[in-house]
Amino acid sequence: MTDAQRAAMRPSSRTPFDVERVRADFPLLRQRVADGRPLVYLDNAATTQKPQKVIDAMSRFYAEDNANIHRGVYDLCERATRLYEGARFTAQRFLNAAEAREIVFVRGTTEGVNLVAQSFCRPRLSPGDEVVVSAMEHHSNIVPWQLVCEERGARLRVVPMNARGELVLDGLEDLLGPRTRMLAVTHVSNALGTVNPVREIVARAHARGVPVLVDGAQATPHFRVDVRDLGCDFYTVSGHKVFGPTGVGLLYGRLEHLEAMPPYQGGGDMIRSVSFEKTTFAAPPARFEAGTPNIGGAIGLAAALDYVVALDWDAVGVHEGDLLAHASETLSAIPGLRIIGTAAQKVGVVSFVLDGAHAHDIGTIVDEDGVALRTGHHCAQPAMEFFGVPATARASFAFYNTHAEIEVLVAAVARVREVLG
Amino acid sequence: MAELRDLYQQVILDHNKNPRHHHRLGDANHTAEGNNPLCGDRITVFLKVEDGVIRDIGFEGSGCAISTASASLMTSAVIGRTTAEAARLFDAFHAMVVDPDAPADPNTLGKLAAFAGVRGFPARVKCANLPWHTLHAALAADSGRVTTE
Repeated sequence: MTDAQRAAMRPSSRTPFDVERVRADFPLLRQRVADGRPLVYLDNAATTQKPQKVIDAMSRFYAEDNANIHRGVYDLCERATRLYEGARFTAQRFLNAAEAREIVFVRGTTEGVNLVAQSFCRPRLSPGDEVVVSAMEHHSNIVPWQLVCEERGARLRVVPMNARGELVLDGLEDLLGPRTRMLAVTHVSNALGTVNPVREIVARAHARGVPVLVDGAQATPHFRVDVRDLGCDFYTVSGHKVFGPTGVGLLYGRLEHLEAMPPYQGGGDMIRSVSFEKTTFAAPPARFEAGTPNIGGAIGLAAALDYVVALDWDAVGVHEGDLLAHASETLSAIPGLRIIGTAAQKVGVVSFVLDGAHAHDIGTIVDEDGVALRTGHHCAQPAMEFFGVPATARASFAFYNTHAEIEVLVAAVARVREVLG
Repeated sequence: MAELRDLYQQVILDHNKNPRHHHRLGDANHTAEGNNPLCGDRITVFLKVEDGVIRDIGFEGSGCAISTASASLMTSAVIGRTTAEAARLFDAFHAMVVDPDAPADPNTLGKLAAFAGVRGFPARVKCANLPWHTLHAALAADSGRVTTE
């Protein structure tokens, strides 16, 4: 979240966020670990928990409305189709896309990036062309571009970052040359928590005629996203990171791009007509949804987006900002602990290393206190390399986390070196 | 749930803090690199093997407490042994950390039996195994590279 967004939120937030009421919506959070302590789930950047409404929407679909969508003429099929296409409208409103046709259901952010790399970028790449990514990208926003670059003899270039984990944008125009065909950048870093100034980046790239894909996997759980305000060409979302089910996500693409793009995969539902001589393809978004899609997943995702939209986002912003400040202050007071990623604009992600304790030992030891942390390179090896650490421990928060949970985390981390002797 | 003290036994903590044979061998005739990409653990094992006997061994690298202690205890266990004996220890160690029913026989395994607690922490088995897989690769070839993923 930017300062401006936060400032815009604070004064209007009259009602404090009722975290206990929200927690009651998430059945998994009620569970206790083996010795009766409450689970402290702080791995939200990996995946988020699901509200009962999402679980119910999916159960109801399978119990009452399941049929394959499109083409069937019976009532059940029409009901299933209505629910699936209704989910697309929900996603459109969630991202403020101009049209529902601009929303493609995909498996997740990874597939969204691959789809754009293969269908949009690949045909435009000639030997010597360039694709630009940033130094803090998740592997899923590096490797798909590398694959098409290798195949086409194009080159991957990298926007650098500074020691706080912020992109260094001074030289952006130097990277965006006449051979640049694409810029792919994350909205929020999964490993560092940095929020990138995507609106500005898009404007500067567009001034150079470079289209932009934004990896939104880590943004949508933390603040509201408006793709038209950002001005980006493509935006990708993972359903499971925004309180929805796994195996479903969103790709937003500007209609003019989607209409000009060849199919990503061939199969049923993506064609207009097929003969052995010639197949004509359906219009977007169907062109990019070959085969039976994850119907139940899309319906569950729509329930998650409805849930998220109904939250008081002014209050959520304040609550998450307070959690981040609390965790950053108390963790950094532990002797020998260093936070990796200290950008001015961050969401609730705290990556850290501790002298004399490897991240994996930290993860195992705090697990005894019921604290679920992620440890490792967070699929961002180049970023880890930049900071000179093989791995970090990462606590990542969602709006349902509490200050009491942060106290448990800090006490557990403070105990690590005691356990290691 | 498995107890932390079963995993972080005193002998393991000691070898993590003060790893033995933690140096490169100038006259190694077998080396291998091992790495565990998901953890970021890296290890290089150096061996001097003469007439089928491990005359000297050393390791370099960085990793978690379990992989560091495992490398340290492994080097201490195999130095002076024949490569056939080292291979048998590898098998016994591997069986102990992956098979809940395999006996952790102190007569065969000696101090290595301390790693029996790893069985209760499946995500950490690869940490304990990495040095052994790397040793195995070093013995199998003049030089090599292994990964536990």
